[in-house]
Amino acid sequence: MVEHRPFLTFLAHFVLIVGVAVTALPIWIVLVTSTQEASDVLRAPIPMWFGDQAIENYKAVLGVGITGSSSGPVGPMLLNSLVMALAISIGKIAISLLSAFAIVYFRFPGRMLAFWTIFVTLMLPVEVRILPTFEVVAGLHLLNSYAGLTIPLIASATATFLFRQFFLTVPDELTEAARVDGAGALKFFKDILLPLSRTNIAALFVILFIYGWNQYLWPLLVTTDESYYTVVMSIQRMIQAADAAPEWHHIAAVAMLALMPPVLVVVLMQRWFVRGLIETEK
Amino acid sequence: MHKRVVFRERWLAYLLLAPQLAITLIFFIWPASQALWQSMLQQDPFGLSVQFVGLENFERLFANPDYLNSLEVTALFSAAVAFSGIAIALLLAVMADRVLRAATFYKTLLIWPYAVAPAIAGVLWLFMFHPTIGVVAWLLGKIGYAWNHHLNGGQALVLVIVAATWKQISYNFLFFLAGLQAIPKSLIEAGAIDGAGPGKRFWTIVFPLLSPTTFFLLVVNVVYAFFDTFGIVHAVTEGGPGQDTTILVYKVFKDGFIGLDLGGSAAQSVVLMAIVITLTVIQFRWVERRVQYG
Repeated sequence: MVEHRPFLTFLAHFVLIVGVAVTALPIWIVLVTSTQEASDVLRAPIPMWFGDQAIENYKAVLGVGITGSSSGPVGPMLLNSLVMALAISIGKIAISLLSAFAIVYFRFPGRMLAFWTIFVTLMLPVEVRILPTFEVVAGLHLLNSYAGLTIPLIASATATFLFRQFFLTVPDELTEAARVDGAGALKFFKDILLPLSRTNIAALFVILFIYGWNQYLWPLLVTTDESYYTVVMSIQRMIQAADAAPEWHHIAAVAMLALMPPVLVVVLMQRWFVRGLIETEK
Repeated sequence: MHKRVVFRERWLAYLLLAPQLAITLIFFIWPASQALWQSMLQQDPFGLSVQFVGLENFERLFANPDYLNSLEVTALFSAAVAFSGIAIALLLAVMADRVLRAATFYKTLLIWPYAVAPAIAGVLWLFMFHPTIGVVAWLLGKIGYAWNHHLNGGQALVLVIVAATWKQISYNFLFFLAGLQAIPKSLIEAGAIDGAGPGKRFWTIVFPLLSPTTFFLLVVNVVYAFFDTFGIVHAVTEGGPGQDTTILVYKVFKDGFIGLDLGGSAAQSVVLMAIVITLTVIQFRWVERRVQYG
């Protein structure tokens, strides 16, 4: 800092610690609740320190689920969420790499039209076209399937732009050299562009994994079959059931299971995450 | 968008674009055009015939007190989320920028809520505010304030605002911190030499230099509050009590998917589309400006 002001430094730490504490408080409470016995969390004040039921509670929700919520065990849901998150993030990255490659490295009629068509998807989130998109998916018999859960979400303007931006910075000399060596378009893409894009792919993957895992409205629309439920969308049914038969210790365990994977991805891949977040908004 | 060296196989280019374009056309453009078209149709009460009614659905929509109420709730909700999210994040970022060495440490502890799904964020705060088990509700009860968001619409709105803001702070924080760290130290030093204290320096040097970031975040936060908070509302309050937390996106879902009002829901979709398009255009115009002059 410019001048030495111990009081301000102290104040800064104080404000930050309060901020961190308030941010973490709800997670702490839910984490602690997930280790209690049902009878200990029926009324406030609920315990603020760990109970001894952690293993039992997590086992119960993973294998059996929440009674009265009609949504089954959480184990398979976590698997569905994982499939959805991976399919969406890998799918988005793959088709965006291909389209960005086509747009940057080829000249063909309709190139700008293709570019703008992809751009428009930015302006049409699922939330604004709920009913007609549902009808399309139903018409294609994709309800209650992994294809229906993922394919409609894997078009991505942001990923395409990011890769386009990056490809434009790749020196033309590389392309020329590849051509001189007799490499065709696909070989150039596979052996030169893809390896160069690694860091961008990693950064984007973190953001898209979170996006895919956290999908809520879309799985709610296209799944009616329990075996395709994802954990994030099922939490609502569980809370509804809790009003009749409170199982807060189990709901807390489900919430922890639902938020752990994306939070771990962010914490462990923090550098990629920050980079991806800032890059995708350019 | 220019490369000197390009490949010549046109068919390959079309092939490479095909998956993305197919998905875009089938799942984005076609449904959106359907929404536009359906917004001008009306079904008779038995669902037997459909007739073209022009803009009548929109007239009905804007004459409907429920819809106007939802507009009002959405405006209040997004203003509150954007304002508090930006203000708190800015405060934390300025503080983190002061304690250089510890900034990374605090950053790690502040950014993870970004990864929590909106619906789960709602559940976390439900645990805090639940009338029977919530700590905050209990503490409020101790000081004589009865908290029950199942009955009190204002409290329900506060609950969804808190959950939505909590989730968004990490995002705003990262952008503010990046913006702060990009400000040349010489400017701050010059201010200090001229005798400006930390407060004055913030308002006259730092804050104006951050205004592009702030504006950008304002747009992003409004978009977030409009569209990404569906999960919070659906999981925690279901739009209630009454209509008190029925934001526009929740209303489209409810009227279309549960109420099966084809024309009315389509008209609502079209209004929402207009809102996203406006916000996206504003955002991109701003990005372009920054690229040119920044």
